[in-house]
Amino acid sequence: MNGPKVIFTIPIFGGIKVSESIVNMWIIMAALAAASIWLTHGLERRNPSKKQLALEKLIDMLYGMVTDVMGERYIGFAPYIGTLFLLSIVGSLSALTGMRPITADLSVILAWTVVTFLLIQANNIKNHGIFGWLKSFAEPVPFITPLNIISEIANPVSMTFRHFGNIAAGLVITSLVYGGLASLSAAVFSRIPNDFFASIPIFQVGLPAVLSVYFDLFTSFLQAYIICMLTMVFVQGAGE
Amino acid sequence: MERAIVLAASAIGAGLAMIAGVGPGIGQGFAAGKAAEAVGRQPEARGAVTSTMLFGCAVAESTGIYGLVVALILLFANPLVGLL
Repeated sequence: MNGPKVIFTIPIFGGIKVSESIVNMWIIMAALAAASIWLTHGLERRNPSKKQLALEKLIDMLYGMVTDVMGERYIGFAPYIGTLFLLSIVGSLSALTGMRPITADLSVILAWTVVTFLLIQANNIKNHGIFGWLKSFAEPVPFITPLNIISEIANPVSMTFRHFGNIAAGLVITSLVYGGLASLSAAVFSRIPNDFFASIPIFQVGLPAVLSVYFDLFTSFLQAYIICMLTMVFVQGAGE
Repeated sequence: MERAIVLAASAIGAGLAMIAGVGPGIGQGFAAGKAAEAVGRQPEARGAVTSTMLFGCAVAESTGIYGLVVALILLFANPLVGLL
């Protein structure tokens, strides 16, 4: 397994490398924007179409989940949580189309969790004032302050590693299985004198799909759910 | 020679780091068992119990994931080889 490839370099500030993850993210962002425009195009108050009913159901579910976890006060966070969920799930599931999943790149997830970290601190300052926020680090006793700071910083790091580790582990295992099946079919079919038939990796068809159900579908859904849930719980907890 | 020793030690270290997978396995099994008990006692609360269990399992997984990240770094982005 390799890291994301560098696609091109922007020649300013000594060369900014634009990696595969960023280009894939642009593709995903364009696809999501196009889907949003298509879904919200031609909404009707009377006689809603099936498309509109499905969309309304999804938005209702999102707002219901945010209200359940965070309460009515934080309903304004619902669009951000929905965006995070969609980006995470589409980013992980893009592995099914053969793209490198953007969530298997530490930097991408780190960007999302840094946003969560900033939201937590901002909500804390908003609810307790800047002195209350500073004082919260010196609780319950002042000499514990360094530990409190470390635990605040460990929070986004642990969220990043959780999401990245799950998706990257799936990627490693899937590529190991592909490699193993390729050498298996090479070993079996190398006895056939015809070069054309010997070059078909017959065992790679179908078998990896079974693993893919767990490592791509299930893990992607679960991790998208977890990162949204943790964001909501932490941001809401900072305002208590 | 030095390089070979560092590479071999890294491979062994990656294997040792994955021992961290034992803890989350035990913890998640415990959580799943308790969730099964809870569903058995209150079958109507199945949805809430399942989502709480998945959330708890994902949080309990952190230590195992730390081990996995250490192993991945040792295998694919080894910082020790650069020190030679």
